[in-house]
Amino acid sequence: MDALLADRGTRIIVCCGSGGVGKTTTAAALALRAAEQGRRVCVLTIDPARRLAQSMGLEHLDNTPRVVPDVDLAAGGLLEAMMLDMKRTFDETVETHAAPDQARAIFANPFYQSMSSSFTGTQEYMAMEKLGQLRAQADADGRWDLIIVDTPPSRSALDFLDAPQRLGSFLDGRTIKLFLAPARLGGRTYLRVFNAGVWAMSGIMNRVFGAQILTNVQSLIAALDTVFGGFRERAEQTYAHLQAPGTSFLVVATPEPDALREAAYFTQRLEQDRMALAGLVLNRVHTTDAPNLTVERSQIGAQDLEDLPEHALAARILRVHVERMHRIRRETHLTQHFAAGFPHVPIARAAAQATDIHDLDGLRTLGTSLAEG
Amino acid sequence: MPADPARPGGRPGPRLHVVTGKGGTGKTTLAAAAALALAAEGRRSLLIEVEGRQGIAQLFDCPPLPYAERRVAVAEGGGEVHALAVDVEDALLEYLQTVYHLGPARWALDRLGALDFVTSIAPGLRDVFLTGKICQALGAPGSDGARYDAVVVDAPPTGRVARFLNVNQQVAGLARVGPVRNQAESIMQVLRSAQTTVHVVTLLEEMPTQETVDVVAELGGIGLPVGAVLINMVRTPVLTAADLIQAQNRHLPRAEIAAGLAAAGLPTSAAILDALIGEVLDAADRVALEAAERATLASLGRPTYELPWLAEGIDLGGLYALAAALTDQGFGVSGP
Repeated sequence: MDALLADRGTRIIVCCGSGGVGKTTTAAALALRAAEQGRRVCVLTIDPARRLAQSMGLEHLDNTPRVVPDVDLAAGGLLEAMMLDMKRTFDETVETHAAPDQARAIFANPFYQSMSSSFTGTQEYMAMEKLGQLRAQADADGRWDLIIVDTPPSRSALDFLDAPQRLGSFLDGRTIKLFLAPARLGGRTYLRVFNAGVWAMSGIMNRVFGAQILTNVQSLIAALDTVFGGFRERAEQTYAHLQAPGTSFLVVATPEPDALREAAYFTQRLEQDRMALAGLVLNRVHTTDAPNLTVERSQIGAQDLEDLPEHALAARILRVHVERMHRIRRETHLTQHFAAGFPHVPIARAAAQATDIHDLDGLRTLGTSLAEG
Repeated sequence: MPADPARPGGRPGPRLHVVTGKGGTGKTTLAAAAALALAAEGRRSLLIEVEGRQGIAQLFDCPPLPYAERRVAVAEGGGEVHALAVDVEDALLEYLQTVYHLGPARWALDRLGALDFVTSIAPGLRDVFLTGKICQALGAPGSDGARYDAVVVDAPPTGRVARFLNVNQQVAGLARVGPVRNQAESIMQVLRSAQTTVHVVTLLEEMPTQETVDVVAELGGIGLPVGAVLINMVRTPVLTAADLIQAQNRHLPRAEIAAGLAAAGLPTSAAILDALIGEVLDAADRVALEAAERATLASLGRPTYELPWLAEGIDLGGLYALAAALTDQGFGVSGP
């Protein structure tokens, strides 16, 4: 892991994986470690736990990277962190690309409100958008030489890759074009049937939602279209950035069946799309310093002591060990299963901690654990 | 809500059980267990999923669910659990069909991807059709439409559930008048009524507990009835209260433990003792943390149910065990 962080050719690290596996914490721990080893790092988090955010100075969600206090900068590094504000990123993108009156019209549209604050794809799209912005800024002024991104808490890890293109192709697609200007197509016979469909749909939408809706949708799409100059093209560009050299992916998981299944899907997908997979980060792995005291030996020992009152405590302690060994056995089995499918993917393990991480020291410990695991 | 004398299984209490929880807490599993528990004694329950994951089919080990109600399990005393995977496009088409008798326009809508369009441009509308379908499956209490004693919904996770259920707010800016607006109003009436209850699944861990506290406040803020807190994957502690105090004070009797290990014929090296004592300290820290989370959850003032951690994973047998644990703690008897 340290080799990846130290390699100056590594410009972007994307941490992905299913929800609840510690993506944000992993991204933050790696960012801190890289910064303390001399990299100039910006970490983009999506939805950090409150106390972790506070410890990184992220109390205010203002969509701008802020310097994280109390980081050891002796090696010449820098750590800045930000939390993604999806709505504001969307707003800012519109403001950047639209004339003021155009922007005002977009903001006032009720469909814009609905679209920019919902979770179906917009968050992923905006995470990509923000990453693109940070990358452009890093290229322009050299403020950062490493950007680490966390990905949105999607239903499935693949959403992060698919959602932006889905949104892009949807907004750019044939349906919308037809829908926007049905009248223009009236004379072309081969389109007549679609045209009839569009009119039927317009009629239904008007009746279902009220007459205002079509006007609202049409004006929003038209306005956004001028602003972004083709959503699909833009989404494809962002996607291409992810395939470029300098971008590495880390798949994050815990040794649980669901998380590892998602990790396997994601690994396959990254390979298919020729994206650079740096490895699997396995969080919350249980370990023992008494591996030779197997489940079987400990269980028999605990049973032998059960009826001896003077050894009741030792019996309970053996049972604690049995539980732990069971867990380790299960986790090892699941991890081996993954490793068998992807023998070339390196695995970095982080030991399970009794409590959640909410300060820089906790992040440092996790960073060390990942570097050594 | 008064008991319904027309139905043998009819009894007071909520009929619509919405189950949410942070991702990874076992929300779908407990929704299924609740549906089994609510189908006991010859009753009928319907389990609905709305996010297209086919999680129910996996749990009950059956082929992927179509957009139609299917029996997936029998419960104790001849009860039945039916399941339905609600697809938003089908729900929208069904709605349009019922209200507008679409005819051939349906084909055009389908072909053009118009439904995808409608539901993507205004994601709020998706939820109106999803919750609308749920309310339709629920039927009016006591009416012919009420074919189930209980309907259980595997709802979106805590971060999104309030938005999902607050359909009024969702369409407020989009449709000020018209059928969708009316539809949203009537859905909201059902969701805010005594027929409905929202259960939150959690673990005795920090983030799930925090999200539970947050979502209870959020749901209360929009007038939705919060039901029970379902604490999943609870492990029976091996250590006694006295052990925990000793562990907390880092005063575990090393010699006594060594003697015990020797009596069992196990090695008693310093390394082994250090390792075992370290594991006990870890376990004790976990128990202390769990106690703190349990206290936080209790302070919410909602009924709580504890479900055991199943070492062998969740299979059909495990589901029945969880359903039995719910029933033993009184879930669904008098309405949680």
